[in-house]
Amino acid sequence: MAGVDHGIRDVWFLSMQGLEHMVRTLRAKGYTVVAPTVRDRVITFDEIVSVDQIACGVRDEMGPGRYRLIDDPLSRVFNYVVGQDSPKRLFFPPKLELVALHVEGKRFVLDRTSPKPPKLAILGVRPCDLAAIRVQDRVFGYGDESAGHRCEADTYYNQARKQSLLIAANCTQPGATCFCDSMGTGPRAKEGYDLSMTELGGGFILRAGSDDGRAIVNELPVRDPSPSEIELGQLKTDQACERMGRQLDTDGLKELLDEQIDHPSWDEVAKRCMACSNCTMVCPTCFCSTVTDSDDLATGTASRTRRWESCFTHQFSYTTAGSVRSSQRARYRHWMRHKLGTWWDQFGSSGCVGCGRCITWCPVGIDITKQAAGLRDHEPVKRHAGTHHIERGVTI
Amino acid sequence: MSGITIPVQTDKPKLAVYKFSSCDGCQLTLLNLEDHLLDIAGAVEISFFLEARRRVLPPPYDIGLIEGSVSTPEEEKRVHQVRRDCKYLIAIGACATSGGIQSLRNWANVKEYADLVYPSPEYLKTLETSTPVAAHVFIDFELRGCPINGGQLLEVISALLAGRKPNIPSYSVCMECKRRGLPCVLVSKGEPCLGPITQAGCGALCPGCSRACYGCFGPMDQPNIGALGGKLTGELGKTNRDMKRMLRSFNGYLDPFKPASDEYERLEQQEK
Repeated sequence: MAGVDHGIRDVWFLSMQGLEHMVRTLRAKGYTVVAPTVRDRVITFDEIVSVDQIACGVRDEMGPGRYRLIDDPLSRVFNYVVGQDSPKRLFFPPKLELVALHVEGKRFVLDRTSPKPPKLAILGVRPCDLAAIRVQDRVFGYGDESAGHRCEADTYYNQARKQSLLIAANCTQPGATCFCDSMGTGPRAKEGYDLSMTELGGGFILRAGSDDGRAIVNELPVRDPSPSEIELGQLKTDQACERMGRQLDTDGLKELLDEQIDHPSWDEVAKRCMACSNCTMVCPTCFCSTVTDSDDLATGTASRTRRWESCFTHQFSYTTAGSVRSSQRARYRHWMRHKLGTWWDQFGSSGCVGCGRCITWCPVGIDITKQAAGLRDHEPVKRHAGTHHIERGVTI
Repeated sequence: MSGITIPVQTDKPKLAVYKFSSCDGCQLTLLNLEDHLLDIAGAVEISFFLEARRRVLPPPYDIGLIEGSVSTPEEEKRVHQVRRDCKYLIAIGACATSGGIQSLRNWANVKEYADLVYPSPEYLKTLETSTPVAAHVFIDFELRGCPINGGQLLEVISALLAGRKPNIPSYSVCMECKRRGLPCVLVSKGEPCLGPITQAGCGALCPGCSRACYGCFGPMDQPNIGALGGKLTGELGKTNRDMKRMLRSFNGYLDPFKPASDEYERLEQQEK
């Protein structure tokens, strides 16, 4: 509210009508606003120009390999969790031309470099996705250099991230495949946001996590929240913890994954896994890409393009000696061990944030929480060092 | 144009386009590359392409694109001449790479089919089977699809001319689908989508229209057909007969769609 000094307080109440004000303010400040929308009956992040484009009046039903969006007029705004899409594609585009050049005489002439990212305000980021962005920050070298465990900075990612605004929506209705509570990433955003919202009946408890966030609040018709409103917001996210659809016991998990390298469950999951790569595509932290060169017949311009890749494809680990991981068993095991185990060595955190997408969007419903729990069933199996499985042919 | 063979002196690589048993759709994909057609004509000498021009230059040719399956005694002979005439031979489309939809005859009695379709079947000269080009001669590269993707064709031609490896993926359609951010029709609608076992290349054309993939690019590299079959016959209520028919469409005679469809046929017969 104009003229009201909020001082250093960082919590406000924003009415339902105030959300429209927020979208308008963000756009006026030059942000491209991205929010959850409904596309073909799936919650999908898309650019919005007005508040009524935000998915509302729907709730989601999820299970392994199954997703349905249900119309529910009584639903509040953020009464769903995550769709297959995550903010990953906004900072790490699925297809990005890195450079284009041509030869003139004896030298290369630059035609294009990678495009400039838009200035994004992402509204309705879930706490698990917020955590996933922090995981990818280390992968793409964004933020504090002293933090360690970070890779070389990726230009596009860093630009996109630096100029973006993250507005989190805390979860009060977790889904059946959610397990953020186990991974310590949700259902309430703790850090890494500019603004966070907890939805109550008639509006939102709004919190600022950065100066950029506070600057937005200064333009909004907010009021002080009552103590009972703050308590209700707290209660709703506390209750969400108790209603998590799934759990993952992370205690000693990294060591377990190392010990159980020949557990029989890897053979079982290999029979179900199609190596279709859906899990890695929807995973908000999976970061693999492939770079290919191509040329234009007419102009002679050569371009270099980066695309999302997956450790589940046969050609991913292809070398002159063939594929390093030639079976579904090897590829699934590699992915899961990286996600929950060796990610710690590489980046100093878990690669899993508990969003549950890999469970929901696996066409055959392979469940990472069940796979992890299954490893605790047996004593470690020791096979002869030279033994490995060759899985070929058709079995149905 | 007179139709007379005129010798032309040219330094450009010579391109030939052949048709065998097919619908012409893959050759048309080349002609439909309207924005790039002049570029192609500028980069290569179109020496033999009966659907596009009458003028025929004599072999040898540098690049041969071969469309269609081998399904007649005449084609069985001609395919060897084609191989001899071309330095690089590329099979284009489902017919040339798998035997095509006409390979359904491979599971049936051709004479019975012919008697049903033609008033005078005695004039028909056809083989018992319809087979891919690679079953007869050595092939340098294969482009899948019914029809092929224009972008992939352009990529292969550009790569050959530049002397680089073509970027043609062997992974699933799901990869292209997810990169495009398309909602999964299998998970969110329960549609019987073959995307998880089908090779990419089409750019997720059907899921882009909210439709299930029907596998026209054939099997991906190491598909797990049984796992998808388990989902389709279980949760989605498809029958073994449905599975057999879904696999035996454009690429039914191609491994491992063929043995998998045979297995579903066996299961279907067991039920009876």
